[in-house]
Amino acid sequence: MTEKKKLQIALYWGAACGGCDVAVLDTNEFILDIAAAADIRLWPIAVDGKYKDVEALEDGELDLTLFDGAVRNSENEHIAKLLRRKSKVMVAFGSCAHMGGIPGLANLTTREEILTTAYLTNASIEPGNRTVPCTETQVDGLKLTIPSFYKRAYRLSDIVDVDYFVPGCPPAPDQVKNVVLAVVKGALPPRKSVIGASERAVCDDCKRTKQEKKTKHFLRPYEIIQDPERCLMEQGILCLGSATRSGCGVRCPDSNQGCRGCYGPAPGVADQGAKFLSALASIIDSKDPAEIEGILSRLPDFVGYAYRFGLPASKLQRSHRS
Amino acid sequence: MSYEPKIVGFLCNWCSYTGADLAGTSRIQYPANVRIIRVMCSARIDPTFVMDALAQGADGVLICGCHPGDCHYSEGNYKAMRRFPLLKNLLKSYGIEDDRVRQAWVSASEGQRFADIVGDMTERVRALGPSRVHSTLLADQRER
Repeated sequence: MTEKKKLQIALYWGAACGGCDVAVLDTNEFILDIAAAADIRLWPIAVDGKYKDVEALEDGELDLTLFDGAVRNSENEHIAKLLRRKSKVMVAFGSCAHMGGIPGLANLTTREEILTTAYLTNASIEPGNRTVPCTETQVDGLKLTIPSFYKRAYRLSDIVDVDYFVPGCPPAPDQVKNVVLAVVKGALPPRKSVIGASERAVCDDCKRTKQEKKTKHFLRPYEIIQDPERCLMEQGILCLGSATRSGCGVRCPDSNQGCRGCYGPAPGVADQGAKFLSALASIIDSKDPAEIEGILSRLPDFVGYAYRFGLPASKLQRSHRS
Repeated sequence: MSYEPKIVGFLCNWCSYTGADLAGTSRIQYPANVRIIRVMCSARIDPTFVMDALAQGADGVLICGCHPGDCHYSEGNYKAMRRFPLLKNLLKSYGIEDDRVRQAWVSASEGQRFADIVGDMTERVRALGPSRVHSTLLADQRER
């Protein structure tokens, strides 16, 4: 009667859209193998399982936690710490947990501005509404509490010790499969590695022809009939491929869209946006400061492009406006 | 203790570092607020270096290279020139004040010009007061 013990896993979402959870489901019939080989102890989007069930586990009882989403409120932090304690392997799963992701862009503004926009001044708010969520409210003499909203977004690794990082918005289904199989087989690389990705930049895997890069115009994709064979940057279309880790299958440039950078900084790159800045500005075909300024003025939201998925992972992390 | 700005100066080896050296050998006085880091070319100054300096507590960053047309590697300083407005744009998005980061061309014979630039920049950064970047990032880890 020596039954092999099933893998104990949890999946959780912090400040996330749910796309990473869908990416796990996108492994198609492989998800059935996961269900057969593993007990899913917590997965709010798909499986019943309560926080108190997780609290009742022994420390380290879970073999694997895939945590997606950034840490934006006290509930995210509480569950991140709880799952860390209960898990042998903690994986930051997807761009938000890895680098802060789209929710991380909110680090350019403040908590107060976010709450004002979302609850008071948005065009879709009922006129005269003054209801803004508070952490504590008194109702009929009882105290009601909700998680507190933090002043900025954090990466998972800012909050807890993370064993592995799986990049992507969302991670490609094949990579999800590889990660789960690596845990099952015990074939994991050194701790703190980025797994489910490659050790090259997106440009290395991109099939487009690359020649000398020089441009006098930056264009939006709709402003040009593009040459599908030629490097997008050479045509003036922004593409983060040079600063971004590969492993995604080059899906965006192959679909005639510039790389958005969701797989995070390429190996050896400390700050993805800064590295992209360096590459982008270098190809401007001008030696005249005024003309250079003019060419760069065609980039209305450079910070949003350069750090679309990783502002909290950048050197400066957030706005420092007083 | 009165506030003394900390300025990190990235100077190209061929012109600006030699210019700063000339300021020294000519005994030209200039504020000791600048900490010089010699790099081979102004194009070597990755924007990451500037952001890292600010994140680690620099109050200002000065970038100096050869005058346009004079680059030892012929085109390096043009690359630095192209990057700078975009770097300023990015730093503005992060809420970093304009005067904290400056680019200037200093030749090997311009010791006085280097001293003047450092003097002017030190006063501008002094007027802004200490950078909050480093302390904010530390505080973010303590209170959410």
